[in-house]
Amino acid sequence: MTGRGPGTIIGFPHKRKLVTSIKLFLFFCLSDVSCNSVAQKIYVELNNTVPCVRLLNATHQIGCQSSISGDTGVIHVLESEADLEWPLSKGPNPPYMVLLESSLFTKSIMMKMKNASSRVAGVVVVPKTSPPEFSPHTTCPNENTGVYTETYDHNLAHCNTTVWNPRGNGLSYEEFDFPVFSLKEDNETEVIKQCYFDHNRVVNGSGLQYPLCAMQLFSHMHAVTDTATCMRRSSMDFSTSPVMVCDPLGGYNVCAFIRPYNSTAFGHKENESVVIAAARLDSKAFFLEDSTGAEGSVSGFVTLLAAAQALCEATQEAPRTRNILFAFFHGEVFDYIGSSRMVYDMKNNMFVIDLDNVHSILEIGQVAVRSGTNLFLHSDPVSRRNNTVHDEVTNLVKNLQSSTAGLNFSFVETDFSQPLPPSSFQRFLRARAIPGIVLADHQTDFNNRYYESFYDNAAHLNLTYPSNLSPEEQLEFVTDTAKSLTEVATAVARTLFKQAGGNNSQVNKINADPKTVTQMLYGFLVRSNNSWFQVLGSSLRCVFCLSEPNPPQYYVGVAKSSHQANALTYLVQYLLANLTGTATNLTQSQCKKPDELPNESTYLYSYLWVQGMVPPNSTQRESFCVRTAVRLVKAVSPAFDLGDYVSKEYSTWTKSQWKFIKARIFLVASRDLEMLTLGVGVAVLFTSLLVTYFVSTKADVLFSSVREPNNAAY
Amino acid sequence: MTAAVFFGCAFIAFGPAFSLFIFTIAKDPLRVIILIAGAFFWLVSLLLSSLVWFIATKATNAQDLTLQKNLLIFGSIFSVILQEVFRFGYYRLLRKANEGLAAISEEDGPPLSVREMAYVAGLGFGIMSGAFSMINTLSDSLGPGTVGMFGDSQYYFITSALMTLALTMLHTFWGVVFFEGCERKRWWVIAVVLCVHLMVFSLSLLNPFYVGSILPVYAIMLLMAVWAFFSSGGSLHNITLLWTCRKSNAETSS
Repeated sequence: MTGRGPGTIIGFPHKRKLVTSIKLFLFFCLSDVSCNSVAQKIYVELNNTVPCVRLLNATHQIGCQSSISGDTGVIHVLESEADLEWPLSKGPNPPYMVLLESSLFTKSIMMKMKNASSRVAGVVVVPKTSPPEFSPHTTCPNENTGVYTETYDHNLAHCNTTVWNPRGNGLSYEEFDFPVFSLKEDNETEVIKQCYFDHNRVVNGSGLQYPLCAMQLFSHMHAVTDTATCMRRSSMDFSTSPVMVCDPLGGYNVCAFIRPYNSTAFGHKENESVVIAAARLDSKAFFLEDSTGAEGSVSGFVTLLAAAQALCEATQEAPRTRNILFAFFHGEVFDYIGSSRMVYDMKNNMFVIDLDNVHSILEIGQVAVRSGTNLFLHSDPVSRRNNTVHDEVTNLVKNLQSSTAGLNFSFVETDFSQPLPPSSFQRFLRARAIPGIVLADHQTDFNNRYYESFYDNAAHLNLTYPSNLSPEEQLEFVTDTAKSLTEVATAVARTLFKQAGGNNSQVNKINADPKTVTQMLYGFLVRSNNSWFQVLGSSLRCVFCLSEPNPPQYYVGVAKSSHQANALTYLVQYLLANLTGTATNLTQSQCKKPDELPNESTYLYSYLWVQGMVPPNSTQRESFCVRTAVRLVKAVSPAFDLGDYVSKEYSTWTKSQWKFIKARIFLVASRDLEMLTLGVGVAVLFTSLLVTYFVSTKADVLFSSVREPNNAAY
Repeated sequence: MTAAVFFGCAFIAFGPAFSLFIFTIAKDPLRVIILIAGAFFWLVSLLLSSLVWFIATKATNAQDLTLQKNLLIFGSIFSVILQEVFRFGYYRLLRKANEGLAAISEEDGPPLSVREMAYVAGLGFGIMSGAFSMINTLSDSLGPGTVGMFGDSQYYFITSALMTLALTMLHTFWGVVFFEGCERKRWWVIAVVLCVHLMVFSLSLLNPFYVGSILPVYAIMLLMAVWAFFSSGGSLHNITLLWTCRKSNAETSS
């Protein structure tokens, strides 16, 4: 592209230049279906963007908002924190669209921009290398909906004794009135940087030359203020299909009993005692769709899945005194949506067991980033003041510690006066003093430097594969992380077996499978469209198609009214079904209606049609029907059922709706040129009006040399 | 590029045509009809020529850019020729219509002279040609961005508007000259008009070298204006008459 000096107005006549510009816009034209040439010359649409959206709860709105016709700003690539002076005070062409790299995406910079938001049109974050630590979550996660309230124990409330997430800067819970987008590092970011370097660089001494490179972001959110306001506005529309302004967050919990109950019989079960093994499924990040949660949630539920598989393999024959419930709670990050729902259902006889049936709870928290060889057992000091509870907890600790015999780590109890970390168990304690333990790799505050952030990914867990492996070989390769998680899963499975009253001599036969664990870690953190997930998955929907080639995102999403869970829930459901269920010989139609067969019952089991493998000599998959006790239980906060949108008891999180979200870059011209154009236009209009009027009144004089007969005047 | 540019370019491109319409055409319904029919004729010529171009592009390799550019040039030349053919066709139609109108009108003789029809027909061609050149560009000028990301000149909108203005006026003048030539059976006039039209088209190919395209086109427009003035009955004598009339009016009134 020929350059243009500051003085010249018009470029040089190069036929090549004409052809080049025709080439460029024909390239962009032909890649689209509809070719609007002038718009193609002006705008470059950015497709791979992740916006920051608005979430609301009972008291606040958090997240970002743009104006309804988009926010336009001159692009400025921030080089350091001191460089913030330029967009905030020194720059001559506000408002600015600030482009940040991930190392500069800190709370102090964002708050400075928030305070000067008249000069900042928006922020674009380009994630590059991971900073040494970054957690946009609060320092005390879920502090108001856990068990540690002022009434439960004054000293333990609001993280007075232990601050769980000291690195938390609370950025996710701030409210910004400009849009914040995240771009992936790819060709589009290169285009933006090229545009910036071509047009927006300040040459020493002289000011900026128009035209300048600018960006426009659209992410207008419909909901405002808080959940109560937006739910009221949603219901004000009296038409048959009400327009919702915001959607409650929620999903489905995945539950499986070792010995299933009749799923239609709710309420207390006589003489039944259940040990609950729990883990959480979801996580979040500042940009919701970029949630990965490797250490935060994936480590926990992968360990529990492996423990479930180990236990089910070993316990086909032996009857036990207690039942075991594997519960995977969804929506826990947003004030314990899943677990509060389950407790509510149990209290109101809407679940197959109730709180009296619960014997004890073992929860797997964050277990993958160890700072030694120990894992820590957290318990609640307040409930342990009761002797019965204390004895049960001590018994559970004993079972746990004896389960690590022969393994390369050990369980250590934490300090007695320390409260529980944020966990689903806290919601059960809020209802009843139940004995329980939370497993974690941290003794006091989190080892997770990237709690609920985008950087909590496979690299954080040191999931490294040798570079010469193909994706299928990577799937099978057992990493060190997988090995350590397998040992944890083995210990958990053995503990559960002993808790459920199993025979001690059989305990050492229970071992988790490292191959399963490494395949799950690969599938959930590196690439979900792999052959193992395809084999075990449903043939009815392509669960991972939408987020390829990135790992799927794990935030809980909105609770859809149709029976459609999100991708993560389906993956966990089918995995648990395959790992703990039995394959049957039913055909596809029988699988849909198994009640017609004598030995099958949909009251006890659910029947899933699984895709199966492709045998070596054919192309058709051998699908089969799995009989499993796995069920999906709706996980929507009870506050929405009760209509109490200002509830302090339950989660009230909702997500705003929007019409469209997009981003584009273009050049902007100087105000002077625009006013010049307008001035010339007005001058031309007035001049032509005057001249035409003058000529038309004098037309008979001007055009009179040849008179035609009966000539009407001009 | 915001509302200022939108209105500025709209006024530049359509201001003179608008003022001509307001002061000379709007009060006479017959002129309005001839104007719109002229616009329609231009539209049909564009449709037919673009069909040819469209078939040619679809039948050839879309990736070959020089071929596409050459096809565009060929299509445009064909369009120019077709526009002049349709101008001639409109002339014939108007002559026939004039006889019919003369028969039914209350005055003796035709209600519109051929000169008037020439002017109105040319203006009709010009307005429709300007609209097709400019409306698409105008709608994109409303957004916040301006042309230039891919190396085009940032004066794209203004120069488009100026070219459209020139083309509208040129079509008007060509209409006057063309019809006059046909009336007087001076067929060389038609050839000259065609050649000038082709010359203007080829000058527009020089964009974005705006010095080389806009200035010559405006020079040609001035020449055509002078020719149209003389061929529609004006003369230097009339201009001096006008000037002295004004002077004497000024003297008598003061």
